[in-house]
Amino acid sequence: MTAIPEGLKFSKSHEWVSVNGETATIGISDHAQAELGDVTYLDLPEPGRMLTLNSQFGEVESVKAVSELYSPISGEVVETNSEILNSTETVNEDPYGKGWLIKIRISDPAELVTLMNAKDYEEFTAQGGH
Amino acid sequence: MGYVSNTDIDRKEMLAAIGTGSFSELLPIPEDVRLHELLDVPKSLDENSLYRYLSKLSARNISMDDYPCFLGAGIYDHFRPAVIGALASRGEFCTAYTPYQPEMSQGMLQAIYEFQTFVCALTGMDLSNASMYDAATGLAEAALMSVSITGRSTVVVLKNVHPHYRQVNQTYLNTTEDNYIEIDAENLNDVDSSTVACVICQNPDFFGRVEDLAAISEYTHRIGAMLVVSVDPVSLALLKPPSDYDADIVVGEGQSLGNAPAFGGPLLGFFACKKKYVRSFPGRIVGATQDLQGRRGYTMTLRTREQDIRREKATSNICTNQSLLALCTTIHLSALGKHGLRQVAAASLLNAHNTADALCKIPGVSMKFPDQRYFKEFVLKLPISPEKTSKLLVELGVIGGLPLGKYYTDMSDCMLFCVTETRSEEDIQLLVDSMRTIVDKEARI
Amino acid sequence: MTMLEPLIFELSREGRTGVNGPKCNLSDKEIGDLLGSANLRSNLPLPEVSELDVMRHFTHLSHKNYGIDLGFYPLGSCTMKYNPRINERTAALPGFASLHPLQPVETVQGALELIVQLQDILATICGMDATTIQPSAGAHGELLSMMMIKAYHADRGETGRNEVVIPDSAHGTNPASAARCGFKVRSIPSDSKGCTDLSALKSALGPKTAALMLTNPNTVGLFEVDIVEICKMVHEAGGLVYCDGANMNAMLGLTRPGDMGFDVMHFNLHKTFSTPHGGGGPGCGAVSVKSCLEPYLPTPVVRLDGENGGYILDENRPQSIGRIHSFYGAFLIAVRAYTYIRTLGPEGLRSVGENAVINANYIRSRLSEYYDVAFGNQPCMHEVVISASKQKQQHGVRALDISKRLMDYGIHPPTNYFPLIVPEALMIEPTETEGKQTIDHFIDVMIKIAKEAEEDPELLLTAPHITPVSRLDETMAVKNLDLRYEAIFKDTHS
Repeated sequence: MTAIPEGLKFSKSHEWVSVNGETATIGISDHAQAELGDVTYLDLPEPGRMLTLNSQFGEVESVKAVSELYSPISGEVVETNSEILNSTETVNEDPYGKGWLIKIRISDPAELVTLMNAKDYEEFTAQGGH
Repeated sequence: MGYVSNTDIDRKEMLAAIGTGSFSELLPIPEDVRLHELLDVPKSLDENSLYRYLSKLSARNISMDDYPCFLGAGIYDHFRPAVIGALASRGEFCTAYTPYQPEMSQGMLQAIYEFQTFVCALTGMDLSNASMYDAATGLAEAALMSVSITGRSTVVVLKNVHPHYRQVNQTYLNTTEDNYIEIDAENLNDVDSSTVACVICQNPDFFGRVEDLAAISEYTHRIGAMLVVSVDPVSLALLKPPSDYDADIVVGEGQSLGNAPAFGGPLLGFFACKKKYVRSFPGRIVGATQDLQGRRGYTMTLRTREQDIRREKATSNICTNQSLLALCTTIHLSALGKHGLRQVAAASLLNAHNTADALCKIPGVSMKFPDQRYFKEFVLKLPISPEKTSKLLVELGVIGGLPLGKYYTDMSDCMLFCVTETRSEEDIQLLVDSMRTIVDKEARI
Repeated sequence: MTMLEPLIFELSREGRTGVNGPKCNLSDKEIGDLLGSANLRSNLPLPEVSELDVMRHFTHLSHKNYGIDLGFYPLGSCTMKYNPRINERTAALPGFASLHPLQPVETVQGALELIVQLQDILATICGMDATTIQPSAGAHGELLSMMMIKAYHADRGETGRNEVVIPDSAHGTNPASAARCGFKVRSIPSDSKGCTDLSALKSALGPKTAALMLTNPNTVGLFEVDIVEICKMVHEAGGLVYCDGANMNAMLGLTRPGDMGFDVMHFNLHKTFSTPHGGGGPGCGAVSVKSCLEPYLPTPVVRLDGENGGYILDENRPQSIGRIHSFYGAFLIAVRAYTYIRTLGPEGLRSVGENAVINANYIRSRLSEYYDVAFGNQPCMHEVVISASKQKQQHGVRALDISKRLMDYGIHPPTNYFPLIVPEALMIEPTETEGKQTIDHFIDVMIKIAKEAEEDPELLLTAPHITPVSRLDETMAVKNLDLRYEAIFKDTHS
């Protein structure tokens, strides 16, 4: 089990958010990657796309599952992690680090309040939240 | 009874183990919908009587084994080597299900991988799936795949594509409420080019003509649409593959490669495309990989496109392929090989041309498209009604060509003939003599 | 037997010839003159092998494949019953197998009569009014049914009916087929007993409802006890009810979907009526309908022509949804199914349903001590869904591991991980053709595996041990796509 770095916030659909100024980095949780198994394909948005809260921004696939990715906050996509598209195993190996998916410019920081902290998220998954 | 193995004693013991007194007590069907009387279906026949009954029923048909047949139009009577039946009837193949458990299905999986390779070899395309129901539904799947890839909603089908394939396409596109247009190639420019998802062609076309699709391909790609081509796989032993004229999707009927005409079913659709469309591909696909010890093995792959995982967002609702027929085709192409398939194609080519030449010597009979090259099928104009000719030929012991008036109103005097390599000189002579007799007789009336 | 079998392409040797096929002495130049030299291909990368090479290669491959003829194959929802060989013999009759579909109709009266007889028999078996054998598979039958339902509502001016209600336990083809017809899918949950949740159904129904797609018995192997009420609710909302007939084997001679209120259903002739699955196909997904949908059946409709007394292919059907097959469907599959039904007769058909249900319940009853049975060990129909949740929690052994271990005992595994609403599902369908002896052996093996899971879970986690290959790297199969033998494409200019 990968340790959760300080300061991450989580959504109920298992995305994490790390805020740095007005930019948020988004990825999927260690729990999510473990449930999916080996990630084989990622469909990620182009920079410039506007995302609203909880809107679908892409898909992550393993051999036998497809999971839709939902944006935990609103904002404009400023960067997509192009390095992982051809080395999708990074999402499994380092979900909170090199396996990040997209960066967005936050349009409404107030939305961050609704997300869970690491402790609450661990409880949420332990209770079978999925 | 009913191939049931349990004895009365077995059933009694099993019901006791379940802890129920009777089957009726166990059965969880509500009383108001239970069937209390036996089904009103014909009574049981023993194996021998049933076989005799069905032999007699089948003998009420006139088969291609009884009379020489000159029909083609999608179903072809080509040579089928005996090894196919011997191998494909093996219970390990024919009584297996879809290879969900690859460790117990390596035989069929490897055969399908070989099938995919054969389809790529013939069509020149990058990828093939494990097969579809038939060419018509394969073409409809290709149309829907083009709509999905291009985000456009008009499917253009040329009028010289098989009429049944066009009808199936229309049925599918009516349902999805996409725009379906049938047109002659020379009028392609009339369609609003910005809405076209794909142009669907056939080569050789429905009339047997060998088409040069380079110009259509160039135009199709210039307007941002995809080129879908339906092919006769036997013709590809000689003709250049559709990849040479940059087809995006190639579909065809595999019946002629080792499968029985079977009154038109079951059939074998094959489906191939360019590599870049791999994620939009419908149907099962088999890939090679390794097992835990690093040994080569095969498994179904790219499964996340499919309905059992993606449900309503799947690339298609299709859930099976025609494995056993694909196996027959794989055995057929292996047994004939490079040399054998070319011989089949060349002999068909020669037979068709000899037959056309001989028939055209009959007064009033002529080629409908005299200046065009053809493979094993050709259209003749007849001096008497093709429907009537068809009936009269049967009386003389020949199954003639296909009257075209039903499909093309301006071709009510035309008949589409097919001559494969399996028609002997005597067969062809019988056709020519019979046609001459019919024409002579009609001329006297 | 476990040796690696080369690909047929790897066996190729230049100049080796295969079967004794047709001979033609046309030269390349003559071929070019006839077809146009610019139209000819330069290279045909097919193998060159002998007939003996072919015979051995595919025989070797058959040794690496498992079918019903080899042993027990309890793959849930697939009805892997014995495939009688008389069916193959009748389907091979030249008067059936060597017919061209475009022959004059006078020359194919026997074939058309067989189709019409089978259509009538199928309608009788399911309690409906008319049948088509055109669909090539179950999913094709579903698609056709949705097309007809769409046309039916459109004809009545009710184009706002664009939703299809489907339980979450349904097979994935149901939502995929509905979506293919442009319908929106409304998924509803199952209740605590594994059946349709009536209150969820009620709130899903309304003026937008086109249809309910329901599998009965459902995918948990349970009979939908409220089925009459369910059909009534959908009809009152103005929708139609479609029955996924994948599990028809359970009902043969015991009950009829038409009597329950269903308007349309598909059969899987390759499941219920014993035609070989062929490694995935060909099948036939014949569809039966009540009279309200009969005008929409695909063309051509095969029927007896009252005026002339012969059988015809009727294309004059103005309300028909059109054609869905190159010709008339999988005729030779129809011949096999017809042969099977005529072998069984009414008593035989009933014994199918009865023995299928007894066999499944016997397995349920004897395994319930060792495995969790989905939705509380109630009587099932023709299949039983057990769960390996207990084994997963206590020993880290999953349904997949149990399946792989079964292979070591020479038994094909049940269906895994379906239905989706049962965690660690193993769906077991014994069929009526298996006798108590075989079933007892299977049960004993399953109990032994349950004990192995406790004592030596590693044995399961590394299974299978005796198959030609061990577990395959499916991630590699997706990430390093290898979908054809590349070596033959290298030299394209020979």
